[in-house]
Amino acid sequence: MSDFMRLEHVTRTFGGGALSTKPPIVAVDDVSLSIDEDEPKITTIAGESGSGKTTLARLLMGTITPSFGTMYYRGKDFAKLSRRESWSFKQEVQSIYQDPFGSYNPFYKVDHVLETPINRFKLATSRQAKDSMIEEALAMVGLQPGDTLGRFPHQLSGGQRQRIMVARALLIKPRLILADEPVSMVDASLRATILDSIRRLNREIGISVVYITHDLTTALQISDNILVMYRGSVVESGAVERVILEPKHPYTQLLIESIPQPDPDNKWGDEPPTARFEEFSSMFGCKFADRCPHVMDICGEEQPPQYWLEKHRQAQCYLYQDEAEEMADPDLASIFQERREELNV
Amino acid sequence: MVVADQETITDSGSSDDEFALRVEDLQVYYGTPRGTVKAVDGVSFNLRQGERFALVGESGSGKSTLAMAIMRLTREPGHIAGGHIYLNGRDVVEMREREIRDIRLREMALVPQGAMNSLNPVMRVGDQIIDGILDHVPSGESAPNKARLNERVHELLERVGLDPAVSRLHPHELSGGMKQRVAMAIAISLDPNIIVADEPTSALDVVVQRQIMQTLGRLQEGLEAAVLLVGHDMGLVAQFADTIGVMYAGKLVEVGSVPDVFKDPRHPYTKLLIESLPSFDISRKFIGIPGMQPALLNLPPGCSFNPRCPSVHDRCYREVPEYLSIAGNRGVACHLYEEEAIP
Repeated sequence: MSDFMRLEHVTRTFGGGALSTKPPIVAVDDVSLSIDEDEPKITTIAGESGSGKTTLARLLMGTITPSFGTMYYRGKDFAKLSRRESWSFKQEVQSIYQDPFGSYNPFYKVDHVLETPINRFKLATSRQAKDSMIEEALAMVGLQPGDTLGRFPHQLSGGQRQRIMVARALLIKPRLILADEPVSMVDASLRATILDSIRRLNREIGISVVYITHDLTTALQISDNILVMYRGSVVESGAVERVILEPKHPYTQLLIESIPQPDPDNKWGDEPPTARFEEFSSMFGCKFADRCPHVMDICGEEQPPQYWLEKHRQAQCYLYQDEAEEMADPDLASIFQERREELNV
Repeated sequence: MVVADQETITDSGSSDDEFALRVEDLQVYYGTPRGTVKAVDGVSFNLRQGERFALVGESGSGKSTLAMAIMRLTREPGHIAGGHIYLNGRDVVEMREREIRDIRLREMALVPQGAMNSLNPVMRVGDQIIDGILDHVPSGESAPNKARLNERVHELLERVGLDPAVSRLHPHELSGGMKQRVAMAIAISLDPNIIVADEPTSALDVVVQRQIMQTLGRLQEGLEAAVLLVGHDMGLVAQFADTIGVMYAGKLVEVGSVPDVFKDPRHPYTKLLIESLPSFDISRKFIGIPGMQPALLNLPPGCSFNPRCPSVHDRCYREVPEYLSIAGNRGVACHLYEEEAIP
């Protein structure tokens, strides 16, 4: 197995400098994981706002660096990449953002966002090669070049704009695409088409995808693995259908019960308690303890370790201390790895 | 919700106490340099006291325009071009601005979309609630005293699930969910009997969304008020509402009870909408609705849904389907159901 990217005990904090009176905010708290390129998968990072999912994505994108811990790109320490390696990193990791309008310069035709990466990375040698590359990429996301090229961003629908962003990411032939809430600003009827084009990138071209979302329903539809984050920690992770259909961590359970199911016969239970602390100030204990319906004495004392619940799943919760083993190496990729071996058999 | 049949329409002059809100043939148009946009084009529906009615549609279907028109908050270049909105028997469309101010918050209140932008950033939460109460003291009555107002603020904050100490805070000290609760406290401050909630949870996380919707439901039951929920999330509709109205390109295309419509949608658009819902059934392939909603400036002739409709036939390109009342207190605007129509 070759790791495309690997995070080892990565923590990222914001604020709390020498002159600050406030403690730092821990946005990502001791996360280890790796993204493998031999078996490209779609991995969801799920969580509510403030859970650290976007910070984790920005770490993977290389736009911020870890406060503690180490990040590796193709086995090399990310902080020590040569100029050439860092250029190839920029080509191999592409992102798709939430706002399908914010990514465009309104004064340029949409062709501009498609031509720029080709010119920048010298992907085409002739005008014809360039045009055919663009047409091919647009076809891949289900757009007709005639309907989209030569137009300004405001002349296209949100769904079309977002699909052009997917096409742009595709042109560069990256190894990893980070999609940060790519469909949250798009109408429900168009969501399926965009997610489907992202899934095709993975299945047909073999690009790894990290899908960042708070929407677990779409996560289940398109991804293979999932990490559920709460206040900077990965509280549960594993094969997506196991985690979502049979959640084990009390936070994942609350998250899943709260999804408004479009089924009038399957209604919400009682109103859940609100968090007592908006920002978690205590450095001890489980971060979910103040909202947890199963809270025990031990939860307030020390942060729970990762328990290996079953082959494809881990949860950070003391409820499982008697039945499950602690994970020796908390690299979450080992859970996903097991899954790959099983699928290959 | 009862489909506005011919009888109630001819009856419109008389008082009909059963209904908190009756909207009749409402038209809200926007004048633009390129022509008139008919954002709401002949919509009729009734809302019973204590009923939860959800209005759903894609962005641009006219649902928010309709909600704003009911609050008489339509802004230029928009205007109410025709129709009636009877609120507790009185026509809001005909009212003068002064009369409207008297009934806003006392009879109808709005829980706005994105409460973060609707609160005053430099005013303490408690003062903002008091502001609303004082602003709507009916002409001729004296304002309640300070102690009584503070007591009311505490009581309101507790009812929306906030600590009364929140009254001393400024909006930036609150989370998104807490701000939305403050907006609800303002909305219920004068015990209205109609609450219009325009996508009240659009920017919130699922757990907070559920808490807010459940709080709204609890408040509505306490006040025995009617709620008009505007949104696009069919999941929230299924969880919260009794009745659903589906809007498409400015028209109400289907109305019925939530269990009926989810089980047996009739309009081809509603059918696609329900089929395209994401679910936890992983064996199901997720599909979208082909095509997009037409631009309101440039509607196709006949039924506006004809370019996307799987059951389209000749007539749909010529005639705009009428809104038909069908069995089970339902209504649908589609040529397919002409034979089922109740005259």
